[in-house]
Amino acid sequence: MLRFALRRLALMVPVLVGLSILLFLWLRALPGDPARSLLGERATPQGIEQINELYGFDRPLYEQYFIFVGRLLQGDFGESIQTGQSVVASFFDRFPATIELALAALLFAVLLGVPLGYLAAKRQGGFVDTAVVTGSLLGIVTPVFFLAILLKLVFADWLDWFPTSLRADARMDATHITNFYILDGLITREWDAAWDAILHLALPALALGTIPLAIIVRITRASVSEVLHEDFVRTAESKGLQQTTISRRHVLRNALLPVVTTIGLQTGLLFSGAVLTETVFSFNGVGQFLFEAIGSLDYPVLQGYILFIALLYALINLTVDISYGVIDPRVRT
Amino acid sequence: MTVFVPSDLDSGPGANPSPDVDEAPGTSLWKGAWHRLRRNPVAILGAVLVLAFVLVAILAPLLAPYAPAATQWADEVTPSGVPGPSDEHLLGLDRYGSDLFTQLIYGARQSLIVGVISTGIGLSAGAVLGVLAGGLGGKVDLVVMRLVDIMLSIPSLLLAVSVAAVLGQNRYAVMIAIGAAQVPIFARLLRGSMLSQARSDYVLAASALGLRRRTIVMGHVLPNSMGPTIVQATLNLATAIIEVAALSYLGLGESDPAVAEWGRMLVAAQDRFSGSPQLALWPGFAIAVTALGFTLLGEALREALDPKQRR
Repeated sequence: MLRFALRRLALMVPVLVGLSILLFLWLRALPGDPARSLLGERATPQGIEQINELYGFDRPLYEQYFIFVGRLLQGDFGESIQTGQSVVASFFDRFPATIELALAALLFAVLLGVPLGYLAAKRQGGFVDTAVVTGSLLGIVTPVFFLAILLKLVFADWLDWFPTSLRADARMDATHITNFYILDGLITREWDAAWDAILHLALPALALGTIPLAIIVRITRASVSEVLHEDFVRTAESKGLQQTTISRRHVLRNALLPVVTTIGLQTGLLFSGAVLTETVFSFNGVGQFLFEAIGSLDYPVLQGYILFIALLYALINLTVDISYGVIDPRVRT
Repeated sequence: MTVFVPSDLDSGPGANPSPDVDEAPGTSLWKGAWHRLRRNPVAILGAVLVLAFVLVAILAPLLAPYAPAATQWADEVTPSGVPGPSDEHLLGLDRYGSDLFTQLIYGARQSLIVGVISTGIGLSAGAVLGVLAGGLGGKVDLVVMRLVDIMLSIPSLLLAVSVAAVLGQNRYAVMIAIGAAQVPIFARLLRGSMLSQARSDYVLAASALGLRRRTIVMGHVLPNSMGPTIVQATLNLATAIIEVAALSYLGLGESDPAVAEWGRMLVAAQDRFSGSPQLALWPGFAIAVTALGFTLLGEALREALDPKQRR
């Protein structure tokens, strides 16, 4: 088990090195001049030269790359050209918002998706099944940002049940320790702040969670219906085991394997969706900041953020692989 | 009507590609798939939606009541509201004073062109990588698959956004951006299905007959591995059409205001949303219905080509 995990971990290294090289070259190919974009209209030749020297843009490419990697290994991802803030610090400032959003979306998708998919598979062709299959199809084909706009219109603008944007009410004077707003509210026992954060999170999470929900429902349904026809389920039934025992120990345990993989694969999708959802709701997370960084050609921010996200994505997939081994001992090799 | 075709006894090994399909022996995979497709209401619904979309896109100049991006009604749009449906304008005007129905119809054209070309780019580049990896194996496979892993480690929208940022705001950049994000998907899929084909008996038979490796790979393994790729391409058309709109939404799409584009119509509708929601609803529905058509067709194709997967 440990060897399996270590081998998977070692396989990540070449991928990350390759990614850092490609990313470095790619971002240098972006049109425009970061120094000019920083100085704006007041750019003078001397000013541009100064910025280029300061950030090392005047050195040969390979030298810039090695300086970049050397710093990376020391945990130094440089500073944002636009704000001067350290990339690592700015990432961890905003990251909790995105994690909170993605987790809420995933929680919504899993808690609703697995039971619905299970019910649909149990009574195939029934009312629940038809509704689930149709609903999940609609969920897959609706663009995330369109859904986000719709939710905002109906539940924030018309019905006024939820706030339209941001992570917390501007008048809310809450203490932030971890920057996970809901968690902060719970730790400091500022219940109104926690509730306010939940209200702000609800619509973005709903919008972001819909596609994963649709996918999880479909995979669960397909997987459960396949397992239900397996011989071991018939055996369990014929030896008179209770339905709940069969469902829990035989059906679900075997059917959840593809579901777990799917959940792991959703992280990339969740992140792409988060860029759009955060933009619609001005949610102030990593996605929104990254999008702004592309507009202003903020190289250090782009490099650092994309590498962080890729690393995270790889780690999540590693966790999924390992949890495979926990759920199904047969894949442990 | 009989669809089962007697087997062609003269053809050599490999000509009869699907020994494990549950049809009469000798029926080709594609004929059997076509037979199943025609009986599947899901496939028919999907095909009708796709066909309608393609026809609207091609016949746009004939169907649209006005010229695209004609703004002669601009003074009817007031800060307080956008005129709704009337006798002259089936769906009313958009916020710039163009006929909304006309813009929607021309938007289909843009979506079709960008969707098909970008999926084509993703499919062909992905196929080259996939065939290299699956056909040559060994070190080539290792290198190509690591490259694919790298591409897959960047969330697809982010990849598309960075490509669009390098190439600028035009429709070609959008096509390449969306195509690039699809390359690793096709590469991995084609490699996987080629590897599984490579273990089948007909490949063994072909190599026992002394055929060259290139002939076996290109003439036997590749054609038999295309099924899942075609299914994926159909499904990716749906994703591509949604992503075109998403890039426009993020301000990275087609920048020419004379070209109607569903995603940009959505963005333009946003600040008029509370008063005139129809401006956002129509393009949103258009995107969803088109994506639905390709998704239904793709899934029906998947079922038809792999009968084992059916419920």
